[in-house]
Amino acid sequence: MTTGRPVHVESPPPPRRARRWRPGNWPAGLSSLIWLVIVVVPIYWIVITSFKTQSNYFVQNPLAPAGEPTLDNYRMVLESDFPRYFVNSVVVVVGAVLPAVLISFMAAYAIVRGTGQRFLRGVNSLFLMGLAIPLQAVIIPVYLIIIRLQLYDTLLAIILPSVAFAIPLSVLVLSNFIRDVPRELFESMRMDGATEWGTLWRLVFPLTRPALVTVTIYQGLLTWNGFLLPLILTQSSEQRTLPLALAAFQGQYSINVPAIAASVVLTTLPIVVLYALGRRQLLSGLTAGFGK
Amino acid sequence: MTTLAPPAVREKKTTVNGGRSGPVAWMAVPALLMFLAFGVVPLLGVVALSFTTWDGLGDIHPSGLTSWRAVLGDPGLVHALWVTFLIMALSWLFQTPLSLLIGTFLAGRQRYREVLAVIYFLPLLLSSAALAITYKALLDPNFGLGPGLGSSLLTQDWLGRGNLALGVVVFVVSWQFIPFHSLIYQGGVRQIPVSLYEAAQLDGAGTVRQFFRITLPQLKYTIITSSTLMVVGSLTFFDLIYVLTAGGPSDATRALALDMYQRGFKASLMGPASAIAVILVLVGLGLALLLRRLGGDADESQLEGA
Repeated sequence: MTTGRPVHVESPPPPRRARRWRPGNWPAGLSSLIWLVIVVVPIYWIVITSFKTQSNYFVQNPLAPAGEPTLDNYRMVLESDFPRYFVNSVVVVVGAVLPAVLISFMAAYAIVRGTGQRFLRGVNSLFLMGLAIPLQAVIIPVYLIIIRLQLYDTLLAIILPSVAFAIPLSVLVLSNFIRDVPRELFESMRMDGATEWGTLWRLVFPLTRPALVTVTIYQGLLTWNGFLLPLILTQSSEQRTLPLALAAFQGQYSINVPAIAASVVLTTLPIVVLYALGRRQLLSGLTAGFGK
Repeated sequence: MTTLAPPAVREKKTTVNGGRSGPVAWMAVPALLMFLAFGVVPLLGVVALSFTTWDGLGDIHPSGLTSWRAVLGDPGLVHALWVTFLIMALSWLFQTPLSLLIGTFLAGRQRYREVLAVIYFLPLLLSSAALAITYKALLDPNFGLGPGLGSSLLTQDWLGRGNLALGVVVFVVSWQFIPFHSLIYQGGVRQIPVSLYEAAQLDGAGTVRQFFRITLPQLKYTIITSSTLMVVGSLTFFDLIYVLTAGGPSDATRALALDMYQRGFKASLMGPASAIAVILVLVGLGLALLLRRLGGDADESQLEGA
């Protein structure tokens, strides 16, 4: 992409940066284009449908934008119990992801710093093994534990297992990043008399912030979209989270497709916003990390 | 990074760091306890529960091999396994070539490709429930996209016929996960040394040839990583099938995870359901090991950033 600029001539670019990337081959380009259409059509359809009146929906071409756009569907969804489900989802995501990332960060730090210790090596392999445990496979005992803890049908019932299942991948990713922090920096922190806890927050935290953001967004996404835990561990509609509410909503209004479309858009919007914000923070984090 | 040289304000009594192994172990304890309580204990628990009889509400009675006999003697298990493998194989066949091509394409650093990457990523943001509901409405034989466009090809009873429903599940799964695997491949392709391509160009190899001679062989470990995630992940498809077809029509899309749910939480047979969960874990582990063997030593670092 820099080929047109003569500016680069005087200083040879750093060897790492692959400038002037080769063009992709045409089968790849073609399939990418076809796939683009396949990706865009359902998303486009759900968005435009959410602005149609129910009667319009049946007579209009499904891919044409709404003749007279209406916000009635959104109003209808928002006037239902949707705000409550929304709050529930937010509580679960915040309550699960922040503690999960925090304790994973601590564990990842310990694993990297205490490489020699047998205990920590054991913990590390346990988490690696944990990557292979699917939530579905252990849902029955989790259900039993939650009942015994008398937490059934509470938001905490969703939060606790969510935290546990966020740990293995978070630790893996974070420890890979912490390993990249130069040893000398740890050494100089130690010389300055910093405790491990101080080193964690004053040295490692700023350096691994992009990784922390990535992990937080990823786990936030998974928890926000989580379906199995709320399905199994809650019962009353007061404790419903959004994905579960969507499924119930769809059963209730199966004929009112525009209303369903609006509910889908509304549940997805926060994630899109988070992703958009996170991307930027991710980028600035990376720039800060490399631009010293 | 101004924080790099922090003022050592906190002059605590110097760390009793005999060596590199300072008192850091305690920092791993909270995560360890959480994971033991809700990961490891349930894993052992599911094995234990598979040797009991429990209806999900009352007392749990040890009952030896009763649950296992019930499950293994049930043709339903064979069917569920078959459906699971079918979904696994078909979605692998569908996703891998496409993700490879798209990933290769996205590896180019042109601006418009970055914009495309953002769009490709969108399906990953949707919950399976939202996705299932969207496709259910889109594919509706009376009010969906097909009849709306007057296209008879698109107007089928998509979710009402066994084979079609299975195909829809495979398609929707791919729709959701191709972006993820494309990203993995994109990362893989970008790690291939450019010099290889330059050499090939000098030798007069075209782009298609370069793809098969350089890109594909160089991506061996990436392919194995992506395939492992695909194959093992496909064992656990639940939300999507639950909302999209609920295992139907009849039991055409009743995969293993769904079978477990129906037996345990619908039919109140927690013992047999636990046995199926154990099978789920074993099959997953077996497949992961097999794929690992296949690839020689695919090192962990390939997973980085996945």
